[in-house]
Amino acid sequence: MVKVNGEPLDIAGKSIAEYLATTGYDTKRIATELNGDIVPKVAYADTVLKDGDSIEIVSFVGGG
Amino acid sequence: MIPTKEVWNNALAERHGKELCQAFASAAVAVCGLGGLGSNIAIALARAGVGKLILFDFDRVEITNLHRQQYKADQIGMYKTEALAANLREIAPYIEVETYTERIAEDNAVTLLGGADIVCEAFDGAEAKAMLAEIILTEMRDKYLVAASGMAGLYDANRIKTRKVTSKFYLCGDEESDVAAGIGLISSRVMLCAAHQAHTVLRILANNFEE
Repeated sequence: MVKVNGEPLDIAGKSIAEYLATTGYDTKRIATELNGDIVPKVAYADTVLKDGDSIEIVSFVGGG
Repeated sequence: MIPTKEVWNNALAERHGKELCQAFASAAVAVCGLGGLGSNIAIALARAGVGKLILFDFDRVEITNLHRQQYKADQIGMYKTEALAANLREIAPYIEVETYTERIAEDNAVTLLGGADIVCEAFDGAEAKAMLAEIILTEMRDKYLVAASGMAGLYDANRIKTRKVTSKFYLCGDEESDVAAGIGLISSRVMLCAAHQAHTVLRILANNFEE
């Protein structure tokens, strides 16, 4: 299981890019943290999620 | 009459104590974007005695900014960097202010932000916010990032909060109220979010940020 924003999901073996493609996130408006580190967007396709990983997707909305 | 630097610093030390004053005075904080968030963040930090602010914005003050941004009617048309630097010097005459009108982008961020201890993300656009977060947190790992997401509208003030995402990344806002979705930005709610950001900066400088 991989924890995504606190919720356990059965997505071990998928890359971050593969997982994100199944969601509504716009990759240009997010930051993704994997086990305490931010993952650069160019690494989404090559970063494969493992059992026990914890990932958090931070969404940015407009306004400032 | 403006007090001398010595009188000024003594007055600050009387309020904050010498140790905290020193921590604030020796800091360099970058404020990226000088709209409703950035102009309020900068003023809060200047009042608290932060020694150096590095201000970034490529825009000029417009009449449509004045309902929420800390500029004055007679500053319409000025670069925001220039107008805010003048306002900050009126508030805190001995602050060091550096200003840049370049647009911060992937190819210049590391150079432009190199001198900052803490970076405040105060942009308007969601994509610019995400871009800056990624650069700071993956290429400038010694920096703290205090970013903002979600402060539009007239929603409950208490939904604006500060969250620690990683050891160097704090996010302020309600994380959902998008400026594109509703009635836009209201001075008091933007100010709340800016206050969260400025307060987080001061707490980092004071080394007092509990988990």
